[in-house]
Amino acid sequence: MISLAGRDIAHSWGKFVFTGVGLGLLIGVTMTMAGVYRGMVDDAKVLLDNSGADLWIVQQGTLGPYAEASSIYDDEYRGILGMAGVDAAANVTYLTSQISQGDLDVRVMVAGIVTTEAGLPGQPRFLVEGRHITRGHYEAVADVKTGFKIGDEVKIRRNHYTVVGLTKRMVSSSGDPMLFIPLKDAQQAQFLKDNDAILNQRRRTAANPAFNNPAVPGLLDAVLASQSVNPFVNAVLVRVSAGFTPEQVAEPIRKWKRLQVYTRAQMESILIEKLIKTAAKQIAMFLVILAIVSAAIVAFIIYTLTIGKIREIAVLKLIGTKNRTIAAMIIQQSIGLGLIGFVIGKIAATFWAPIFPKYILLEPSDAATGFVLIMVICVLASLIAIRAALKVDPAEAIGG
Amino acid sequence: MARGIIIEDLYKKYGEGDTAVEALKGVNMQVGPGEVVGLVGPSGSGKSTLLKCLGAVIEPTNGRMILGGETIYDQKWNIKDLGALRRDSIGFVFQAPYLIPFLDVIDNVALILMLAGKSNDESRKRAMKLLEALDVAHRAKAMPSQLSGGEQQRVAIARALVSHPPVILADEPTAPLDSERALAVVKILHEMAKQYETAIIVVTHDEKIIPTFKRIYHIRDGKTVEEAGEGREI
Repeated sequence: MISLAGRDIAHSWGKFVFTGVGLGLLIGVTMTMAGVYRGMVDDAKVLLDNSGADLWIVQQGTLGPYAEASSIYDDEYRGILGMAGVDAAANVTYLTSQISQGDLDVRVMVAGIVTTEAGLPGQPRFLVEGRHITRGHYEAVADVKTGFKIGDEVKIRRNHYTVVGLTKRMVSSSGDPMLFIPLKDAQQAQFLKDNDAILNQRRRTAANPAFNNPAVPGLLDAVLASQSVNPFVNAVLVRVSAGFTPEQVAEPIRKWKRLQVYTRAQMESILIEKLIKTAAKQIAMFLVILAIVSAAIVAFIIYTLTIGKIREIAVLKLIGTKNRTIAAMIIQQSIGLGLIGFVIGKIAATFWAPIFPKYILLEPSDAATGFVLIMVICVLASLIAIRAALKVDPAEAIGG
Repeated sequence: MARGIIIEDLYKKYGEGDTAVEALKGVNMQVGPGEVVGLVGPSGSGKSTLLKCLGAVIEPTNGRMILGGETIYDQKWNIKDLGALRRDSIGFVFQAPYLIPFLDVIDNVALILMLAGKSNDESRKRAMKLLEALDVAHRAKAMPSQLSGGEQQRVAIARALVSHPPVILADEPTAPLDSERALAVVKILHEMAKQYETAIIVVTHDEKIIPTFKRIYHIRDGKTVEEAGEGREI
């Protein structure tokens, strides 16, 4: 038996292909939306992976350092280093900043890292060009996505930094590329005030009799000095020694240091289930709407194609074609349309994904799920057309 | 009369009660193998209803129909699969050819055999023989839209004949054709009826072809009257 659906598609291939292209672009958008979500999850995981940490120690009662503000003293790490099972511990500070360099205007996540020793948690794990930060101040390592080049000078707040190294795929949980600078610079930049504000603050402090007490010489100078430094960092990243589990090391830190400690799994849960939860829901809504729109389009197209063949279907039924053969013809056409749409959609999504400013991760498993869903949608969408076709009276071919 | 069709006291009523319309009121017909008869009558006389009953498309209300020696209807259908009955035992030729536009000529003809479970090769061989007999074999690979009106009607006749049915129902087969082509189509119907021992009932208003029938059934107010035709040679 010949394939009636195949012959019909071959006969009006132009109509099918153009319809398939339209549907495919819609499917491509749907796949891209799924890719946006996957990209966000991957960005979050990459941020954790690339930090090289097993534990994140943050201010008690906070979800820091990525999901909430966290502030702990920068000497806390010393005590942590002495605890059992801690292989390495390093302070980190994160701040988001808009940086201009030449024609570039980039939003970056600035990470203040300890640069005194190589391989500490928080440092960029690998470079694609240049070298690591070796000086205590004013050097930077940038992710290639920033567009900066080796030797570029970038300005963060009032200071200029020279880009000495480039790294890759080091992004914040929101997908912004990272820029690594020495910790002290980052601490300063985080709470750096302008000159007018500093003068104003000094005046206010001097005007306060509690700080400017003539009976206590040197008090005002001490207070002013304490206001000009930032002794806080956002988190201490800890690498656990071999033979210890992260939880084994975390428990005494929680108990004795009165700090919040998160393991890798807990931090991943914070980033994915809390930080990007709303965005994920938003994308899920888009996916549902796009799936419904795709189904409606397929149903409408297949219904229109079927209604356009009512006379032929009446003739087919008159000459003894079984209902299941006619239903199979409509389902095959619907599936054919879905196949064309899927191929076009996959190609389109693959081509346009790298152009998007944020990372789009097209997972093969998502494509496979999408393929199955498209096929199911196509079969379901063809039911209305099948119902219409099966209602056709073979007598319509005779007329009268 | 193994391959002909016999209709006895056929009734068809649409609706019930006060709104009921009796379209056929005891139709009697008998068409033997190789015979071509005309069925003529004014609009609303019941031609289409009779054609639909004969074509097993609608169910009569009463009567008897014997097709190819088998009683297919006697107060009720004796056949379960009416689709298979139409496919194997009844050929249809319409006013417009109604060829399947996405199939080429040979597959339009062979489709019925394929639907009956014959292999594609065998179906196409049999279709080709008919196309040769109807002088359209050279258009076997053409699509219906590439054929002239006369060629399309010959392909439609081939499609009706391909399963060698005992009866062919032709509904105004010459309506869209000019005199010359109309007579050519009727000539083909006569030839094919003889060659394949098929009974052919031609519903027509066409004054040009009515004289070619040896027997004519007039249908009026749901009843048929048989009359001898001229049987003019074409």
